[in-house]
Amino acid sequence: MAATIVKLKRDHAEAVSAATPAVAVAVPASVAPRRSIGISREAIVRLVLPFFTFGFVIAAWVVVQTHIAPELPTPAAVAQRAAEIFADPFRDAGPNDKGIGWQLLYSLGRVSAGFGLAVLVAIPVGFLMGMSKTFNTAWQPLIQILRPVSPLAWLPIGLLVFKAVDPSAIFVIFITCIWPTLLNTAAGVRAIPQDYLNVARVLKLGPLEVARKILLPAARPYILTGMRLSLGIAWMVIVAAEMLTGGIGIGFYVWDEWNNLNVASIIVAIVVIGLVGIGLEMVMNVLQRRFDYTAH
Amino acid sequence: MKSYLNVEDTGIEFPMAQGSFRALRNVNLKIERGEFISIIGHSGCGKSTLLNIIAGLLNATEGVVLLEDREVREPGPERAVVFQNHSLLPWLTVYENVQLAVDKVFASMKSKAERHAWTLENLALVRMEQAVDKRPNELSGGMKQRVGIARALAMEPKVLLMDEPFGALDALTRASLQEALMEIHTRLGNTVLMITHDIDEAVLLSDRIVMMTNGPAATIGDVLSVKLPRPRHRLTLAEEPAYVQARAAVLKFLYERERRPSEAAA
Repeated sequence: MAATIVKLKRDHAEAVSAATPAVAVAVPASVAPRRSIGISREAIVRLVLPFFTFGFVIAAWVVVQTHIAPELPTPAAVAQRAAEIFADPFRDAGPNDKGIGWQLLYSLGRVSAGFGLAVLVAIPVGFLMGMSKTFNTAWQPLIQILRPVSPLAWLPIGLLVFKAVDPSAIFVIFITCIWPTLLNTAAGVRAIPQDYLNVARVLKLGPLEVARKILLPAARPYILTGMRLSLGIAWMVIVAAEMLTGGIGIGFYVWDEWNNLNVASIIVAIVVIGLVGIGLEMVMNVLQRRFDYTAH
Repeated sequence: MKSYLNVEDTGIEFPMAQGSFRALRNVNLKIERGEFISIIGHSGCGKSTLLNIIAGLLNATEGVVLLEDREVREPGPERAVVFQNHSLLPWLTVYENVQLAVDKVFASMKSKAERHAWTLENLALVRMEQAVDKRPNELSGGMKQRVGIARALAMEPKVLLMDEPFGALDALTRASLQEALMEIHTRLGNTVLMITHDIDEAVLLSDRIVMMTNGPAATIGDVLSVKLPRPRHRLTLAEEPAYVQARAAVLKFLYERERRPSEAAA
């Protein structure tokens, strides 16, 4: 995925540099009124306004760089660094020199593993908490205490127990993902209308049938929301976790480039992390559209 | 002699934070096979509670409910319920909602093809065969309730229990569903027990109207037989003396004998 993004970016960069600024501005302005049916005014505004924002941020960056913090790389230097990084994103020159593509894949792998395990645990436990008042009373205080704790606080515990970096990072992601999914599942099960359960009772559905045919689909929108929240936070936490664990991964990459005083790489990484985050969000969007009957 | 459905000395008391709340007492009701019975009464008089006891969704604290001489202790498809707010499952299509019931009730009795045909037949009965692939949120209120009725009918219940089935519908939709229900009742001869708060609906549809006193500790105040020949037609009925009389009797019960508690206090 990283590769395609890069390609798009490059093509775009070439297109922009080929056109003179005057033409670039003049085109939408002169075309818009005549093609009022084709592209709506709103669509143009939606495209143009973000460009102004990006332009403003880059301008501010240039000002800060020239007058306040000359240590910062210039936008041009970052663009050049990005071109270098993306020239060979899957470079593999030994354990300490891997391309950004590998770094991302390792991070995504840890996030998927931790997220997957958390979902496997959180959905059944969430169901129990939603269905049984007793279970809820027993577990709610523990969850309330643990939920506000930064998942990174669990990293040493993970290292102690697993004695290896990879499972510890996965463990941290597991802890990150479990609370939102669990609490949303429980809320979803609690929100199931009594009527649906009455339908199940009249039909004499067995406990497993009730779970599969009524509870799970009825709670699905909540569960998906919980998963979406979990995944979003997990992607933020993994960067920090990998900075601490080292080895490989996008978080480690950022820290490593800091140690090399290669700030341009860090800025490239920040943008890439953001784009991957959008990608994860889009995956959850697709899932939600597919499985959430309320979204139709 | 025992009737088809017997409600004998039934009462229910709900445990509350302080003491208990008695909703029903000494309810006695005998319903014959094929009868159409309405229960009418002011809100809060325990109509739904009574229906839920017969459905088996609530357990009476006193008395017994017998259907064909067998005690009702739990819910089951032979006492299918049409709920007021249709309670179709929103993630299933119209077809799947009915299919869920058909597959469960006739799992061992009908083949897959027969179950499919039976599902479609019941949807056709309520004139919803055109919308089988729609989801509930794509349907109007009246259409949802039609599917709810199809789902209940598809269980081939001994008694069809309807909890204010048309309460949430506008007058025109309500009228067309009443017609549909009369037509189905004529054709299939089901035993129906329906809660309503609409006097015209009760008189139009029922063989007998069960009128309930105000709660707490509500019970049956009076039972009115509606001696109108079937098929009944809404337009001609309005001028018929028996209709006017029945209507007046229910009105009198509700607004003279059992005034709304708030009005009585004022």
